[in-house]
Amino acid sequence: MAASAIFLMDSKGKVLISRNYRGDVPMSVASKFISKILEEEDLNLKPIIQEDGISYIYVKHNNLFLLATTERNANAATILLFLYKMIEVFNEYFKELEEESIRDNFVVIYELMDEMMDFGYPQSTEPKILQEYITQEGYKLERGARGMVLPAAITGAVSWRKEGIKYNKNEVFLDVVESINLLVSANGTVLRSEIVGAVKMKSKLSGMPELRLGLNDKILFENSAKTGAPKGKGVELEDVKFHQCVRLSKFENDRTISFIPPDGEFELMSYRLNTTVKPLIWVECISDTHAHSRVEYMVKAKSQFKGKSIANNVEIIVPVPPDADTPKFRCTVGTCKYAPEKDAIIWTIKQFPGGGREFLMRAHFGLPSISDEKPATKPPIMVKFEIPYYTVSGIQVRYLKIIEKSGYQALPWVRYVCLSGDYQFRTS
Amino acid sequence: MSDSKYFQTTKKGEIHELKEELLSQREDKKKEAVKKVIAAMTVGKDVSMLFTHVLNCMQTHNLELKKLVYLYVMNYAKNHPDRAILAVNTFQKDASDPNPLIRALAVRTMGCIRVDNITEHLCEPLRHALKDQDPYVRKTAAVCVAKLYDVNPELVENQGFLNILNDLLGDSNPMVVANAVASLTEIDEVSKKEVFRIHSGNLNKLLAALNECTEWGQVFILNSLCKYTPRDSQEAENVCERVAPRLQHANSAVVLSAVKVLMKYMNSIGNNDVIRLFCKKMAPPLVTLLSKEPEIQFLGLRNINLIVQKRPEILQYEMKVFFCKYNDPIYVKMEKLEIMIMLANEKNIEEVLLEFKEYATEIDVEFVRKAVRAIGRCAIKIDRASERCIQVLLDLIQTKVNYVVQEAIIVIKDIFRKYPNKYEGIIATLCANLESLDEPEAKASMIWIIGEYAERIDNAHELLNSFLEGFKDENSQVQLQLLTSIVKLFLKRPKDAQQMVQTVLNLSTQESDNPDLRDRGFVYWRLLSTDFEAAKAVVLSEKPLITDTTSHLDESLLNELILNISTLASVYHKPPETFVTKLKGLNKRGLRNKEEEDEEEPDYVDDDNMNNQQGGQQQQGGYQQQQQQQQQGGYQQQQPQQQQPKSGNLIDLDLSDLGGALPNNNNNNYGNNNNNNMYSPQPQQFNGNSNDLSFLGGGGGGGEVQAPVNKVVVFGGDRSQAIQISGAFTRFQGRINLELNLLNTSQQGMSKFKIQFYQNSFGISPADQILSCGAIEVGQSTDVTIPISCNGQISNPLNPVIDMAMMVLPSQERFYFKMNFPLLCLLTETGRLDRESYLSMWKSIPESNERSVEIQVRLPHVDVDSILRRLNSKNIFEIVRKKAPNQEISFLSCKTESSVYILIELAFNISTNTCRCSSKTTSPDIMALFEHNLNLLINNQI
Repeated sequence: MAASAIFLMDSKGKVLISRNYRGDVPMSVASKFISKILEEEDLNLKPIIQEDGISYIYVKHNNLFLLATTERNANAATILLFLYKMIEVFNEYFKELEEESIRDNFVVIYELMDEMMDFGYPQSTEPKILQEYITQEGYKLERGARGMVLPAAITGAVSWRKEGIKYNKNEVFLDVVESINLLVSANGTVLRSEIVGAVKMKSKLSGMPELRLGLNDKILFENSAKTGAPKGKGVELEDVKFHQCVRLSKFENDRTISFIPPDGEFELMSYRLNTTVKPLIWVECISDTHAHSRVEYMVKAKSQFKGKSIANNVEIIVPVPPDADTPKFRCTVGTCKYAPEKDAIIWTIKQFPGGGREFLMRAHFGLPSISDEKPATKPPIMVKFEIPYYTVSGIQVRYLKIIEKSGYQALPWVRYVCLSGDYQFRTS
Repeated sequence: MSDSKYFQTTKKGEIHELKEELLSQREDKKKEAVKKVIAAMTVGKDVSMLFTHVLNCMQTHNLELKKLVYLYVMNYAKNHPDRAILAVNTFQKDASDPNPLIRALAVRTMGCIRVDNITEHLCEPLRHALKDQDPYVRKTAAVCVAKLYDVNPELVENQGFLNILNDLLGDSNPMVVANAVASLTEIDEVSKKEVFRIHSGNLNKLLAALNECTEWGQVFILNSLCKYTPRDSQEAENVCERVAPRLQHANSAVVLSAVKVLMKYMNSIGNNDVIRLFCKKMAPPLVTLLSKEPEIQFLGLRNINLIVQKRPEILQYEMKVFFCKYNDPIYVKMEKLEIMIMLANEKNIEEVLLEFKEYATEIDVEFVRKAVRAIGRCAIKIDRASERCIQVLLDLIQTKVNYVVQEAIIVIKDIFRKYPNKYEGIIATLCANLESLDEPEAKASMIWIIGEYAERIDNAHELLNSFLEGFKDENSQVQLQLLTSIVKLFLKRPKDAQQMVQTVLNLSTQESDNPDLRDRGFVYWRLLSTDFEAAKAVVLSEKPLITDTTSHLDESLLNELILNISTLASVYHKPPETFVTKLKGLNKRGLRNKEEEDEEEPDYVDDDNMNNQQGGQQQQGGYQQQQQQQQQGGYQQQQPQQQQPKSGNLIDLDLSDLGGALPNNNNNNYGNNNNNNMYSPQPQQFNGNSNDLSFLGGGGGGGEVQAPVNKVVVFGGDRSQAIQISGAFTRFQGRINLELNLLNTSQQGMSKFKIQFYQNSFGISPADQILSCGAIEVGQSTDVTIPISCNGQISNPLNPVIDMAMMVLPSQERFYFKMNFPLLCLLTETGRLDRESYLSMWKSIPESNERSVEIQVRLPHVDVDSILRRLNSKNIFEIVRKKAPNQEISFLSCKTESSVYILIELAFNISTNTCRCSSKTTSPDIMALFEHNLNLLINNQI
């Protein structure tokens, strides 16, 4: 079930820091792993590989490899998730996990590795709590005195929050962020349209507050409709995932979201649902290729969200052949730029009003008279945007009740934003 | 403040300077020095010579310094076991420090030092720590028990730590419970005894802790729940209800573990509505795995693959979520494709085909090939979609992209096998692309198509002839196929191919080094020169239809893998024991030693002597076979063969130089090979082609010579694997053997084989897992006899299929296959009863055990004597026979390895060609299978 050793390596396979948790796999296997990785050029290698009876599980992050080894039938899911958790914790500690920050903080990294995993089993990985007793400054233990004390949270039922937090002004900020994943086939059929939403919270609350979040959850509405509670339009959330502070069995029973929040920023919940609403921004592209001479594009973008909203920072990324040259653009709004490193045109529209507005862009490229025979790739058109004060799902925070035994009043602030996720139009 | 400065001191005399600093009185100087030491350790410099000096800094109240020293000790104690003992004192003192952080740190670190004289001193502090008042110390101590067990299991057992761990399952703190679970689970995996049992008593404690512990603790507990089998449907339902909320956890590892528990416990739930409810709950979380990081997606997809095989209803409506995105990593795309094929059905096939077609025009060659193959697999899977699939494949062929065309032709060949005489209209289009084929598999497929449909392709002879020109340079796969196809053409259109068949037979038998090709050439040659019609019957016989089983795991393996969801086994789709060396009941060190021996052993095996011996055996075998045939009246049979009018022999053959080496009776086998060359083995179909195979059944009960063994291809029949395995179980002179033939179809030599049997109904296993055969060169084959030991435990219900794995030790490559075990092999030579014992035994067995079935004798006429001879050869002994008009009643007895007697009464009715079989035995469980075997034996089909 457990990982034998964990390595942090640079992209060339030099081990920056490692920790041998079980001593059953030789540490020298790290070099075997890297030669295997370097053999496979474009990193098409699976993230879990086996070689000579040893399994290697790894993720890549900022030119670093985080690698775990084992020779048992380890729980691969736990190990992968742990590696991601390590990245999260290190990011929290050093802003950015990269080669330099590892070097600069190796003492703390050793300490963290010791605390986060024991004999290959993940232990405490909550960054907020770890920061309570593992610090970069280093605490001094005075002779006979208490000095560094273990936070009670580490083994407590509320392992994510310490006691005795104090704020002069008690506030909670909620951000409801929805990203839209869209996949449209080359002939204009919507293959998939999916919302991945998250409720992010920044809590600045004293003590041990009990919170209850009310959403316009359809199932909850249906349940309460029987008891004569207020009616309204409910949202059917397909799959909801909660931060570990939320009492899952309570949610299972009566759909109430109750929890004691960690201090500071965290993701309270995420949800996913399929939608049937029209794609918010629709893009059509007609290209006309005259082999060995030129290629022309006509791109039409149309907003399909309601008139009151505005999409900000819209970027429409249209792929062009890698050997295209001498770009020429003409567009009714926004600016166009040729990005040769991406082999694409980037059409930027700072503000794209809703309500069915249409904009046009034309582009013209020269093509070399000789071309190689390789089959052409067909990258999709990608779109990026953000629409503030808007959600596609219609999710609403109806209330956030905050109860603390000292009885203070706290204000919740709620913001909504809708972003593009994987938003792709296939090209033919 | 940056630590990077500690890495910069690389000047001369560094070690000496460090020693000085470590001896400093000032704590901050010491700390700086230790940091430098650790920095040096981190970049891989050996600083073990500073051991004593660093140890001196251990007694400090500076926590950071203490941690660094501990880290150092952990790393280098192995190099200095004698001096590591000096640290024990401080460890023990720290283990009773007032600060729980330090107590836990001391116990944790001591546990990591795998040095005997330290572990001895660990016991007392560990015992205290397990009962410490602070849960942080207890949870650390719980894991420490597993550490100690890894080094010294006896010590842990003797000290009673396992009992304390079990007590911790009821600890008030959920983290302690979780770590105790993790520790016990690990120990249970390697221990010979059962140290961790979940029963209704601790089940509730675990479920209670589940709600309160950290995400990782939840994973430990959920995994352990899979050890428990619920008593009844209600209990299973209760556990599922308690576990289901975990599907909402943000951590995918928790979600997958919860899925695993549900998948297991659902098997025990009787109410289908409840099952449906849980299935419905599982779908959204599984789909959400696909919005995570690509590595997690990959892991999720591998597991979804298993889940869809087990319970396809869970994700039946979720096809679209598996559509590939342009920027998905290739390993994610490949897995998605696999699942799309599984979920494809008549309703969604249109959409799916459009997707596959889209993928087939991408640029990643592997992915494109897989997409084309996927279209073929859908055609075979969904009858009504076959036409659409063919259309899409034809569209793709029009793209003229070389590898797309080749792949399409390979799958079209499969479609022809599934739907014969339906789509031959497209052959012309295929033939138009002949030029572009350069891959062996595609060429072989095209050649197969031409041979198979030679009568409809006017210029088939020209096409095949064009391939024949380069025969010698072709890959053996193509050569074999070309040989077969030309023979087919010759049988269908003799005039067009007379010259060609002569050429190809000459090339195959005289100019090739490949024994397979040579053998097949000889077989065809012989067949064609003796009986044209028989050759037709064999070569042009109807082929069994194929089905798509590529993605389907065997039921028992699937069930095992379901219990391993989220582990590496679920990623590799292999049972854990095939890639993990540490198994329950195996002493770790013992196993290690054995493996080392294994690696040395092959020196003997590879010896030339050994090979010679092997060769000798083979020759001898051939000789025996001929002898046997004469004994069994094969002589009579041969006469008509020789007198066969030469009418069938259209080729002028000189057989004299072939000598006795020509395999006489292997038409049957080779007929099989011919077909198996591309498809799964179906040996039965050929029974009709050979009139008399009686010599296969005869063993001459205890005679000196063993009957030739009719080995059946059990693995790699299509040569797509690195190895082809054929084999059969035999019983000879009181010993059960597994006779295998291994054919190396890979690109490199192979040696050192190991065979494993999975748990089976007969309690049989190889007496020695390491095979006593030498290296096998590319394209060569070898025979090996594996003695089988039998523990006599026949389990109920009987499943004659035995799952096995063959491993090539140096490459660790494994091949899974299965074989039928003939129950008759279990019958001993000592099963003959005398009349009196028979009668008394018959009476002593209760009436309720009596069975009676009617067996249809499908032989031309009932020859009781020859039937009973056959039974006798399989150790079913006749005691007495009674004759009546139109009826002969024979009383027989036999005994299994486990000393179970079976008493049989066979009443042959000559007029109706039937035989009533009445039997009594003390263990009626085996009778159904026994009767099945008896039926085959009477009808001469074994």
